[in-house]
Amino acid sequence: MRHLLTTETLTRADALAILDVAEDMAEVATRAVPKLPTLRGRTVANVFFEDSTRTRLSFETAAKRLSADVVTFSAKGSSVSKGESLKDTTQTLAAMGVDAMVLRHSASGAAEVLAASDWIDAAVVNAGDGTHQHPTQALLDAFTLRKSLHGDASRGRDLDGVRVTIVGDVLHSRVARSNVWLLATLGAHVHLVGPRTLLPVGVETWPVTTGTDLDEAIAARPDAVMMLRVQQERMHAAYFPHEREYSNVWGLGDDRLDRLPADTIVMHPGPMNRGLEISARAADSPRSVILDQVANGVSIRMAVLYLVLSGSDPREAAA
Amino acid sequence: MPARVVLQQADIARALTRISHEILETNRGGSDLVLLGIPTRGVVLAERIAANLERFEPGSGIVGSLDVTMYRDDLDRHPTRTPSPTRLPAGGIDGKTVVLVDDVLYSGRTIRAALDAIGDLGRPRAVRLAVLVDRGHRELPIRADFVGKNLPTAVAERIYVRLGEIDGEDAVAIESSEGERS
Repeated sequence: MRHLLTTETLTRADALAILDVAEDMAEVATRAVPKLPTLRGRTVANVFFEDSTRTRLSFETAAKRLSADVVTFSAKGSSVSKGESLKDTTQTLAAMGVDAMVLRHSASGAAEVLAASDWIDAAVVNAGDGTHQHPTQALLDAFTLRKSLHGDASRGRDLDGVRVTIVGDVLHSRVARSNVWLLATLGAHVHLVGPRTLLPVGVETWPVTTGTDLDEAIAARPDAVMMLRVQQERMHAAYFPHEREYSNVWGLGDDRLDRLPADTIVMHPGPMNRGLEISARAADSPRSVILDQVANGVSIRMAVLYLVLSGSDPREAAA
Repeated sequence: MPARVVLQQADIARALTRISHEILETNRGGSDLVLLGIPTRGVVLAERIAANLERFEPGSGIVGSLDVTMYRDDLDRHPTRTPSPTRLPAGGIDGKTVVLVDDVLYSGRTIRAALDAIGDLGRPRAVRLAVLVDRGHRELPIRADFVGKNLPTAVAERIYVRLGEIDGEDAVAIESSEGERS
């Protein structure tokens, strides 16, 4: 695997390979010395043009568990404020010797542009580009789902017939887009629920069903409910009348939590707006796997970094 | 068929029986023994030896698997390798005598990686090495404690170990470089 840019073009075999390697990486975390020497001498750059807590820390932890060196760039307080471009910023980092770039950018397609350009030689891992894709988040969600269904026997299993309901701000959500394609590839059935204004134009071409009624979706007994964050920082128009109304109609409140089937899990990519799309009781309930998602994120990112950074360089082999 | 069979099913079974007795003899019994197979075929061999130990001294056939992919020194010289699971027995390996089991001992680099992996998993009292075939050409100062068969080979030759659990039959074969060309 040269880059990881999107889940849309990932085959089922590729996706399962990443999830299975992540199983082995998860086992490492339980050891006396939770560290592998695999990427010794390699440098991973976290290039974050947009704010992040868990994704940046997760990639950093993953790289360190594999013994790679980590350099972190964040746009705040950098020369980006002086007008430096993506090309110049990444080339500056590459000149310092970087083997992989983990890129987060507010522009959709930024990672693809970087990977397709001849600006740098490093492997590119998309850590979120605008409202487009966030592939490692979808992979860790699929990993978490598989783990909650099959436990220790997860290796090699797909998600055939698993029903996942994704609720809320699909329009602005790269997490939803990544999940839709990955979960469909793995055989799951995805149902999107949210206000009409927050379901994107063209959603009918996605491999999903859609609806606007959360209670109806809960009555259909899904295996997992994934609540999306209401992304107020990306909302420059009134997509719903009032926060209270959103919370009443599309939030996972206490009464809806109690109506969920006993084995349905509650997921959220974080950061949460407690009281808006998810109630505190739902977020902290035993059926919530939100902290498992964070822990599994490290294993998934270890697997991805291993897969993009190991193996003989195909360009050298061709030469 | 260019490959020449050097060990048949009965030869492999006899070699594993002898190795099992040697392990018990060296260890003065079956106490505190842990067999760790190196995937893929080392795990099968470790399980067979463990079954033997269990027969000779009940309670001594404790077995697990140890994947060494992430500790290899040649990761950037081959296509990406997919790791296999590492499964340690419930009691761990601290204070135990660990017997590493692999099918073929060649350069010794796999065993070097295995020793590094063991160092991250605990502190055994001793580590021993059992292999079905030792084909020579060591690149590191490593030797096996228990050997099924010493097979002098040329570097250009290839050794194939086939085991019933994976390949449907038991056999060890040498494929010569001439055979490959014809």
